[in-house]
Amino acid sequence: MPVTTIGTTHVHVDAEGFLTDYDEWDEQLGAELAARIGIQMTEAHWTAIRFLRTDYPEQGETATLRRVSTLADIPIKELFALFPKKPAKKMAYIAGLPKPRGCV
Amino acid sequence: MVEMRRLLVLGGGTAGTIVANKLRRRLDRRHWQITVVDQDDVHVYQPGFLFLPFGGHRPEELVKPRRRQLAAGVELVLGEVDRVEPAANAVALADGGRLAYDYLVIATGTTPRPDQTPGMLGPEWRTSIFDFYTLDGAVALAQALREFDGGRLVVHVVDTPIKCPVAPLEFAFLAEACFRARGMRDRVELVYATPLPGAFTKPIASAELGSMLEERKISLEADFVVERIDDEAKTLVSYDEREIGFDLLVTVPLNMGADFVARSGLGDELNYVPVDKHTLLAKGYENIFAIGDAANLPTSKAGSVAHFAVEVFTENFLAHIAGKPMTGRFDGHANCFVEAGDGQALLIDFNYDTEPLPGAYPLPGLGPFGLLRPSAVNHWGKVAFRWLYWHALLPGHPIPLPAHMTMAGKHQPTTKE
Repeated sequence: MPVTTIGTTHVHVDAEGFLTDYDEWDEQLGAELAARIGIQMTEAHWTAIRFLRTDYPEQGETATLRRVSTLADIPIKELFALFPKKPAKKMAYIAGLPKPRGCV
Repeated sequence: MVEMRRLLVLGGGTAGTIVANKLRRRLDRRHWQITVVDQDDVHVYQPGFLFLPFGGHRPEELVKPRRRQLAAGVELVLGEVDRVEPAANAVALADGGRLAYDYLVIATGTTPRPDQTPGMLGPEWRTSIFDFYTLDGAVALAQALREFDGGRLVVHVVDTPIKCPVAPLEFAFLAEACFRARGMRDRVELVYATPLPGAFTKPIASAELGSMLEERKISLEADFVVERIDDEAKTLVSYDEREIGFDLLVTVPLNMGADFVARSGLGDELNYVPVDKHTLLAKGYENIFAIGDAANLPTSKAGSVAHFAVEVFTENFLAHIAGKPMTGRFDGHANCFVEAGDGQALLIDFNYDTEPLPGAYPLPGLGPFGLLRPSAVNHWGKVAFRWLYWHALLPGHPIPLPAHMTMAGKHQPTTKE
């Protein structure tokens, strides 16, 4: 598993740069990951990311767009505005979680 | 007096019928009552929906009474479920009736919900907007296709997961072949719009199926998450404000589990029951299982999954009621024939951990079915399956396919997409 340096932290990532170890993440790292994909974190961004972080250990997988929208009460439209183009993938990347799998 | 226990199965579709029939043979009738609840007595062969719009079946060929698919000794109650009351081990019906249970199996599947996308159920519904996952929808679409004289046909998926996830691709392939056969392919623009980043979820299959779209000049609109349909402009509008106009829209509406699952506090955000993915036991309960499309398993919502899962579930259930640990572990095994048009089909075979790979099935090297490549044998396999479904699968007779996926006969391509 490749190791990369983000800011001053060494973290394990997969081939696409998604963190592979849940516990290597903190919010400072999240903000730096966001900056790498051109996102400046605001409180609205954090509401979504914190939901993803809390949901993941309970569910064992990354929340889908619809799950974030329903359970964190953020309209999908707003998620597209906060994390443009590919919100589910970008949220997972910033939250240090695996890319959400399309349920086959 | 002998103590009677009741296994209550909600839903008499593929999963519920196989569960009831298999367990009827294994549970002593003097001690176990098996009751199936469904809202109607119509069992539909759902894989047939795909062929209806192309005149491949008559609607009445796909329908039989549920009651006749259930073994003697299985009781069928017709009624609408209002809610499950887990604390009381009872199910309340909408007509006021109550059914107590010792063990509950939720097998109420998943349903297309056109009401969940603004503009879908407007005046264009069944005029220029169609679904094909219902008998009515597929029949209506057959007529619309016959009358279609050219223009832009958009095949569209609202969101995943959906029942039979390859069906919209198959529809696109069959439509393309159909227009070619009718000599009007040059008058039809075909678009495949999906919320996925490619044609399918898993990389190797997505690349193969994606290139099949390209070969057929079906353009792929990926990462398209629909927000609403502007029915006056006949346009799909996405959350990121992309627009796709259509003359004929064949959509797969949002799929959701039954509403009573949500009312009972047993569902996730799409009304699917969270279960242990290896035992199918509902999380937080010791006597409630969910099988088939109703469960939140991270695999395909497909009849093959229901069938393979029930194989594992049956033995587990017998251990569970005897107070023993459930040692069987369902692996998410799914296989699906994928119609390619022109009398050809692909077969894909996969599970939680292994994506669809090329190879042969079920016998390594011999097949007769080829994995992830089109062949006529695969197509005939799909056609023959309808007989197997009614006469072997639903009655719960052994089918010589292992429940667990095997790597034998599969090979990993050296270069990935």
